[in-house]
Amino acid sequence: MSSMKTILKREFSSYFATPVAYVFLVIFLVLQGLFTFYIGQFYAREQADLVSFFTYQPWLYLFLMPAIAMRLWAEERKSGTLELLLTLPVPVGAVVVGKYLAAVAFAGVALLFTLPIWITVNWLGTPDNGVILTGYIGSLLMASAYLAIGSALSATTKNQVVAFILAISVCFLFLVSGLPMVLDLFTGWAPEGIVLAVANFSFLTHFDNLQKGVVSFADVFYFIAVIAFWLWVNRIVIESKREAG
Amino acid sequence: MDVLLEAQDLRKHFGALKAVDGISLTVKKGEVLGFLGPNGAGKTTTMKMLTGFLAPTSGKAIVCGETISTGNVKARGRIGYLPEGAPLYGDMITRDFLMFIAQAHGIEGDEARDVVESAAGAVHLHNVMEQRIETLSKGFKRRVGLAAAILHAPDVLILDEPTDGLDPNQKHEVRRLIEAMSVDRAIIISTHILEEVDALCHRAVIINKGRIVADGTPSELRARSKYRNAVTMLVPLAEAEKAASALKSIRMVAKVEAASEGDFMRLTVLSRDNADIADAVGDIAAVSNWKVSQFSVEAGRLDDVFRQVTEGQ
Repeated sequence: MSSMKTILKREFSSYFATPVAYVFLVIFLVLQGLFTFYIGQFYAREQADLVSFFTYQPWLYLFLMPAIAMRLWAEERKSGTLELLLTLPVPVGAVVVGKYLAAVAFAGVALLFTLPIWITVNWLGTPDNGVILTGYIGSLLMASAYLAIGSALSATTKNQVVAFILAISVCFLFLVSGLPMVLDLFTGWAPEGIVLAVANFSFLTHFDNLQKGVVSFADVFYFIAVIAFWLWVNRIVIESKREAG
Repeated sequence: MDVLLEAQDLRKHFGALKAVDGISLTVKKGEVLGFLGPNGAGKTTTMKMLTGFLAPTSGKAIVCGETISTGNVKARGRIGYLPEGAPLYGDMITRDFLMFIAQAHGIEGDEARDVVESAAGAVHLHNVMEQRIETLSKGFKRRVGLAAAILHAPDVLILDEPTDGLDPNQKHEVRRLIEAMSVDRAIIISTHILEEVDALCHRAVIINKGRIVADGTPSELRARSKYRNAVTMLVPLAEAEKAASALKSIRMVAKVEAASEGDFMRLTVLSRDNADIADAVGDIAAVSNWKVSQFSVEAGRLDDVFRQVTEGQ
């Protein structure tokens, strides 16, 4: 446990060792603002809620989370520090989880910086803060799921750009499987069960529920299962890549 | 003496390639073992198995009674490892990096600060403790790697080409550090620099194509050279040809090699079966009244043995 914390701490502070973290935070906040106020029409809607804030997050995260995760392992493999890291007396599992949690923590910090919008909406009206809270939980869960995918795919390559593109592609699949354009491909011929399964595979379906203020065990479990699966993949990739050098 | 590190018939195959093909060795406390071999002989792969980075295809390695594996955290804690090229986190400050290594070894708080200070002191890092690692010179980077390898006071140190790419002064410095650290540890150093073996090692193992081809003290290895007991001397150019043919007539002489040095010729007289020919050569030189200078008997040449055991045959 303490060794995992050590890994987490180093990884988290490494985000801030270069200006990348600050650039990322600024881009995130600017884009988030653009989506919320211009595309989401925050003011024009005249609703005291954060729907326009959360609605576009799945798409924003599609690009930003892979950017956070891409260096996690690719960098270690490229610079050779993977050997240093894996010969420390720290279990591989703790390294995988520690690094991953550092990325989640960084995403959490980015999300914390959006609190002014929550203050704004409370100042302008009387929103249902319970719904906003589940919205934030859903947002972090979805970000975490993206990061788990990104982390695992970062381990497959020494090149961060390749890791980034791979992660976007896989995350995209997880995202669009809930959209009508994909589901329509199935509705014509497939039994309802399969259509439902495909729809259920999507981040969108589960994220939407949490945005509406419904915290169901199924949605939370879905994200946790996705995260656990990809971290498991991450570990397997690391074990196989260390053999390959 | 206690054996701290033992390898039993280690093998590592990458598909059809047998990178390491049955290596057994032991390293005792206080011993510095030189691990030699041409590039691609399997040195680095062996070291990766000894440090638990790679899992052996078969065989096993034991450190202080613990079997080394990719999962055995306890065994890894007994080993200090400097990987090839000394990879480091370039964007970290030296002190933070060493603190990270200390904490990864389960050393916390004040104790961590203490071990970092003393390791940094041992390798003279004090002036660069607050500097980013990527801004350091190669020599300092290597020292940071060494500090990281020794700060948890490991019983076994495994250093993969610790002086590779350093200038002669830095090499000397690193060797001195290793010597100082060897007192109550077992150390393995891989290298393809033969002077290192003379400068540092109590014992040397030469490997080729994944197998051990020679194992002994540096002088034992040197004794296997065809230059063992060879006599070299400097004679004036004018007398060289005459001298060479006279020397060849001695029964015990196998061969005479000549290399010109200005007005002089350096003659190297190789004996048959490494027999002692110094007296015979000395006598004939005295009788013939040559103007001989720099007369010496060779102990044997490591580079010659190295080539002999790793080339062709």
